[in-house]
Amino acid sequence: MKLTIQVNEGPYQHQSADSAYFFAKAALEKGHEIYRIFFYHDGVNNGTRLTTPPQDDRNVVARWSELAQEHDIDMVLCVAAAQRRGIVDDGEAERNGKDATNMAPGFRISGLGQLIEGGVQSDRLVVFGD
Amino acid sequence: MAEETKKFMYINRKAPYGTIYAWEALEVVLIGAAFEQDVSVTFMDDGVYQLVKGQDTSGIGMKNFSPTYAALGDFEITKIYVEKESLEERGLTLDDLQHLVWEDEDEDWAEKDSIRLVNRAELGDVLADQDVLFNF
Amino acid sequence: MSMLHLVNKSPYENGNLNTASSIMKSGDVLLLIEDGVYGAVKSGKASAMLEGCAVSVMGPDLAARGITEDKLADGVNVVDYAGFVELVEKNDKVQSWL
Repeated sequence: MKLTIQVNEGPYQHQSADSAYFFAKAALEKGHEIYRIFFYHDGVNNGTRLTTPPQDDRNVVARWSELAQEHDIDMVLCVAAAQRRGIVDDGEAERNGKDATNMAPGFRISGLGQLIEGGVQSDRLVVFGD
Repeated sequence: MAEETKKFMYINRKAPYGTIYAWEALEVVLIGAAFEQDVSVTFMDDGVYQLVKGQDTSGIGMKNFSPTYAALGDFEITKIYVEKESLEERGLTLDDLQHLVWEDEDEDWAEKDSIRLVNRAELGDVLADQDVLFNF
Repeated sequence: MSMLHLVNKSPYENGNLNTASSIMKSGDVLLLIEDGVYGAVKSGKASAMLEGCAVSVMGPDLAARGITEDKLADGVNVVDYAGFVELVEKNDKVQSWL
């Protein structure tokens, strides 16, 4: 089964990013393919490398980055949602004249079409949100 | 793309302005229109408030995106389902909502209603018939 | 053709469980996750909404909230994340009642 996962909420505030992560891991363990994880709304906050959770808490962002690297997963932050919320990669910094970037490893910023395409290409779309 | 067309349903269940979900959902619908899938949109629960006429956001400093719904027909989004129970619970009728239309190319561009008023059971049938359900 | 319905909010907070349970068709499955698991507690008023529905509930979310399985409404099936994935496999689409 080929899956696209949509994450609508940021880390820590809502459990949805945790649920999506454990669901993704379980799907991979069962041999399913994750075609894409698309982060939308406040979900784009899952992709900032500047988060510093306390030592005794999970690191939601780093956990995503590791999952992406281990399993070569395409993790996309919606560009419009990311711009609104200040999640910036090199390209966005240059285009919009920002003096810093904060995107975590394993993520990329792209358009909403990536979500639609995920729906076209995958057998299932599973949405996690508020 | 030689792919088969899928039935895409965008489900709106949240009121506008209090949270951004309604506006960002509309952005997905507009972008999705370019993908030539078989698209429908549902407004139910508090989502019916998105279509209410006469929205004026000048006092809250936010963009009034409600006029964009009237453009859905131009994007060939012609199947807009509004749940009857959701309207009734909120004391609304179709007259409280924007009149959304599309022009039928096959009938000399005759203007047709986009909104289909359905009850919960009928909406259940419509949802069951879809391939992909988008939620926000 | 069947649908997996996800509910992640307490039925005592909003109407998502009510909407999901009233629109579900026979053959569909309801999976309660996150705060949605409160809906599966037998002593709670909301468990009446589950009657006639095939209901699964996320075990890790129950445990996190101090709900033991003996407190669940009759017929509720407890799953883990692997079970969640299986439900996604078995049903041909997923509806998240957010």
